[in-house]
Amino acid sequence: METVRCELIPGVRLTALRSDKFKTGCLSINLITQLNRDTAALNAVLPFVLRRGTRYHPDMETIAAELDSLYGTGIEPSVRKIGDIQCIGFYASFPDERYLPEGSDVFEKAANFTCELLLAPNTRGGLFLPAYVESEKEKLLDLIQSRVNDKRSYAKLRLIEQMCCYEDYAVSRFGTEDVAEGIYYQKLTKYYHSLISTSPVEIFYCGSLDGAEVKDILSDALSGMTRGEINYDIGTDIRMNAVEDTVRSFTDEMAVTQGKLVLGYRLGECMEEPDIAALFVFNAVFGSGVTSKLFMNVREKLSLCYYAGSTVDTHKGLMLVSSGVDFDKADAAKAEIFAQLDAVKRGDITDEELDAARRSVASDLRSFLDSQGELEGFYLANTLDGLEFSPDELAELVREVSREDVIAIANSVVLDAEYFLKGDSEDEQ
Amino acid sequence: MNSKHFSKINETLYTAELPNGLRINVVTKPGFELGYAVFATNYGGAHRRFFLNGRWHDTPAGVAHYLEHKMFDMPDGDNALSALSANGAQPNAFTSSGMTAYYFSSTSGFEENLRMLLRFVSTPYFTDETVSKEQGIIGQEIGMVEDSPGYVIYNRLMRMLYEHNPVRDQVAGSVESIAEITAETLYNCHKAFYAPSNMVLCVAADCDPERIYKIAEEILPEQKAEIPTADFGEEETLFPIETYHAELMELSAPQFLIGAKVAPAERGETLLRQKIVAKLALRTLFGSSSRFYNRLYSEGLLNRDYDYDIDYTAGVATIMISGESSDPQRVFSEINSAISGVKENGLVRDAFERAKKASFGARLRGLESFDSICISMVTGLFGGYCSLDSFDILESVTIDECEKFLTEFMAPDRLAMSVLSPISKD
Repeated sequence: METVRCELIPGVRLTALRSDKFKTGCLSINLITQLNRDTAALNAVLPFVLRRGTRYHPDMETIAAELDSLYGTGIEPSVRKIGDIQCIGFYASFPDERYLPEGSDVFEKAANFTCELLLAPNTRGGLFLPAYVESEKEKLLDLIQSRVNDKRSYAKLRLIEQMCCYEDYAVSRFGTEDVAEGIYYQKLTKYYHSLISTSPVEIFYCGSLDGAEVKDILSDALSGMTRGEINYDIGTDIRMNAVEDTVRSFTDEMAVTQGKLVLGYRLGECMEEPDIAALFVFNAVFGSGVTSKLFMNVREKLSLCYYAGSTVDTHKGLMLVSSGVDFDKADAAKAEIFAQLDAVKRGDITDEELDAARRSVASDLRSFLDSQGELEGFYLANTLDGLEFSPDELAELVREVSREDVIAIANSVVLDAEYFLKGDSEDEQ
Repeated sequence: MNSKHFSKINETLYTAELPNGLRINVVTKPGFELGYAVFATNYGGAHRRFFLNGRWHDTPAGVAHYLEHKMFDMPDGDNALSALSANGAQPNAFTSSGMTAYYFSSTSGFEENLRMLLRFVSTPYFTDETVSKEQGIIGQEIGMVEDSPGYVIYNRLMRMLYEHNPVRDQVAGSVESIAEITAETLYNCHKAFYAPSNMVLCVAADCDPERIYKIAEEILPEQKAEIPTADFGEEETLFPIETYHAELMELSAPQFLIGAKVAPAERGETLLRQKIVAKLALRTLFGSSSRFYNRLYSEGLLNRDYDYDIDYTAGVATIMISGESSDPQRVFSEINSAISGVKENGLVRDAFERAKKASFGARLRGLESFDSICISMVTGLFGGYCSLDSFDILESVTIDECEKFLTEFMAPDRLAMSVLSPISKD
């Protein structure tokens, strides 16, 4: 894939990947902001408010009609958290013009429309419409509260919230309820203008068009964007060690039939100069996928739980081990998780385990080349981390990861906190 | 193999049937890293009673799903899931009411992975010990879904709509029903339903289709077996048994699932056409661009957690509209008025034409996902049609067909609603 990377206007950078193999194209525009308790909810609500109406398409129905006429082009608000960075904006996906009637010009129209959504909101007297802001504020509050619905992800969120209570990372991508409650249309309009003029912007395109053409179309579409002093001082604070000498332990009670156990680790010293390929392989050996030690032993061999798996966040330097267990088996499951990590620390890893882990990580990475959504996420996160490899280049590095690399990471991780979601005490009696 | 090029979407489909009755579909995907294969049997949670070798057989609820779990055990003591993963593939399986599918995707060693897939699914190996050990894991899985709002609300709707069809029960069965399952039950059901004549193999990959044919021919049994006939219970009426059911759960806001039964069309192209008409009709009236959705969204009655679909399985078809709302009853009555509106004035022509364009785009997007291509092909083979024909059919669908579909199957006395409400905090 041909990659073009360039700056369109001050602080607005484009990464364009050209490929003929897809039947659709994608375009994302992301404002890059520092995740912060005071502003996270404001940032999160913005793309949703902007998506309600523009100067030329004043309400959702006219927006939707226009998108349908563009052969089902989708332009959706996007709110992401990558390390301590909150990215907000839009993700557009549209059919490739080669499959549409002559002269559809779908990319140009979709690009213009995405920029219109970002830059030309429907306003009265220069301010957002109070009805739109109020309605999206309520929906944001619903969204923040709805995290309780999926117990598996809820347990992880609760662990992060408490484990990282002294860090901005504790704030979820949608922000906090108290700040969301205070969202008001006047203040939000002012905030929006400052964000548009100061935020770095990352744009990603993947599709059959040539990078130069994409650059021209976007430069035109963004020509009305007011830019001020760009805030480049945005990044992630990585904590290497546990917050307290003893592991902190948190519990919630809820009317559930099955418990959720989450262990929160700091990746530790290995984050001084993180070796991304080795971190992925370590994670695959220990706890991710069906050849991992957690799956093979905690779930399959001992039937201690319905699921047990680990995820690493290479941006923030964390590892979470998450498991669904019967209330009375939580201690046994935890002991076995510790035992499996100890095994990796000792280097008790067979050639087959190591090889399977490398293959699975490399295969995942290569499969990114077939998905525009994965490519978009990969390139955005890499850009924020200052990394420059492509998925296939990283896949090559994965082949080189040694047993010693994996052992070193296992010995670097530090347990910081644990969380258990258990049933109502009434139910247990 | 026979080949057919679909020029509008630039896809080539290769088809064949082996002497043993296995049907194969291959879509070639030049330039892609990933290859995807699914090997599926026309056997799911609803196939509990069936006719084979001159008599009826009754089996406990949950055998198809149990079998799926145990198929991964191989006679050499290894596990097929681990073996495929160790070879760099991402294997998995699922059991629905209507089918069981085993699949993998991989970026290297595709042929070797395909051999492993075909071999493990066609080689039953169960012992009483391994079968009884699985009861704990499946029992937990059965328990876990009762905490999942999506599952609970769906299951309750199916129980309100269907009186006899096993789609009203959990695919995995119950803790009691799975206790009856033995190694012998599994061997018998594997023999009945996993014969190549009852199965299909669908592939999307940058590959030589003839090689796929050869590999399947070489690994699978030669003889062509009789295909079992399933009995899904007495014929259902088009009316719900109950129209409203509500339960409490640990949730942030009420969730609703509104459903209606559809009389499924005959197998073949008629069935594909009905599916396309149904989706287009629902998109036009209830889609994210519809007046219905946008008005309710602006009024705060709906949010982005909203969806509509039609589900065909085990001889029945169900329209479903789901979402989160502070007032599900209002949403329900708004759906009724939208349908009466269609009855009186028809659908809005512009909205219909736009929905058609959008539907083309959505189907084109579906071709980017290999699992979506392959699972659609599997469903098509079991339903007697070719899923890639949908692009041409879509073009010919008329507004009258969509209006007729909506007014016929979504009349007020046809709808039922399942609701989950938050447990109050005081």
